Amino acid sequence: MAKKESSLKNMLIALLVITAISGGLLGLVYGMTKDAIAEVDLKKNQAAIEAVLQCGTPIDHLEETVVDELPCNLAYDAQGNLLGAAVKTYSNAGFNGRIELMVGILANGTINAVSVLSQSETPGLGANMVNPKFKDQFNGKNPNAGYNLKVTKDGGDVDAITAATISSRAFTGAVKLACDTFEAHKSEFMKGGNVQ
Amino acid sequence: MSNHLKTFTKGLIKENPILVLLLGCCPTLATTTSAINGMSMGLATTFVLIMSNLVISLLKNFIPDKVRIPCFIVVIASFVTIVQLAMQAYVPDIYETLGLFIPLIVVNCIVLGRAEAFASKNPVWPSILDGAGMGLGFTLALTVLGCIREFLGSGSVFGLHILPETANILVFILPPGAFICLGFLIAIVNRFKKENH
Repeated sequence: MAKKESSLKNMLIALLVITAISGGLLGLVYGMTKDAIAEVDLKKNQAAIEAVLQCGTPIDHLEETVVDELPCNLAYDAQGNLLGAAVKTYSNAGFNGRIELMVGILANGTINAVSVLSQSETPGLGANMVNPKFKDQFNGKNPNAGYNLKVTKDGGDVDAITAATISSRAFTGAVKLACDTFEAHKSEFMKGGNVQ
Repeated sequence: MSNHLKTFTKGLIKENPILVLLLGCCPTLATTTSAINGMSMGLATTFVLIMSNLVISLLKNFIPDKVRIPCFIVVIASFVTIVQLAMQAYVPDIYETLGLFIPLIVVNCIVLGRAEAFASKNPVWPSILDGAGMGLGFTLALTVLGCIREFLGSGSVFGLHILPETANILVFILPPGAFICLGFLIAIVNRFKKENH
């Protein structure tokens, strides 16, 4: 087949055919991978919720809700008492953009555990926020009982990651947002569990 | 056949896209913070290179010269999106770290460069070999660079800890370390190439 010359008709046909086939192909692949991608996201979310709500007391059921634009999973025991909540929180003040965390808070306001959902901080510096050494210092601390959710540089009680104060600040801010939101809506959460 | 073999092997060392042609440095510098990241990026690019070379070589007589670049870009972008969706679905951990750079394969000059310089002028079979050779050369360079940076910066290779944590040189994981390592790697390759002449 000889090379097509660059007439308007040939150019239009070539572009049209190529884009149409590409579009169709992409639609097909999207349809094939859509469920798998959704499942991966769901699993990750679910694993994080379970990890941060692990507190010894067996959880009877979870309830999903959204308060102040933060998705919360509320955990209740068999009698419908509030055990705690996994709050999906975020900060846009990270060194490289958005940080998403899952914070587990017990009914009395104590931080149970924190899990990092997504971050793009500097490897070796801010990205160390996923290490237990930093993120597990929040475990068992209660901001209602005098634990100041600020890095030590700002007069708080949180030990920042070495040379990554901005990332530490963003992380701490996200945890604080979760705690404050939980406190503000705690009374609603307490009532929510009466399923019997 | 020896000609075909040459088409394949030239991308590995002699015309290595990173170390000799210096094409596609953006993903090279950005994704080689660890060996596994570098290798994954290399393999993703290899897939796109082979597929786009194959398709463009098949379509070379159908595409009029004046609209060849938009046509090439559409073909390349389609394959990149397929890779992106597949990675997101089946290797979410790697997608997490590379996600940002996968869409950038579209504008990676290696892929468009090979489409323009090779696939649009050659039959299908050599084009596939050219794509595979160039892609593997790219993967090789990225993996080596990733190994060196991960070893010096985190004391591990492919996630396997070798040095104690205190012996890390942090700068090698950061952007300046990428430039330093790439510079030295190119210098070493040039030295050996000179001896061969």
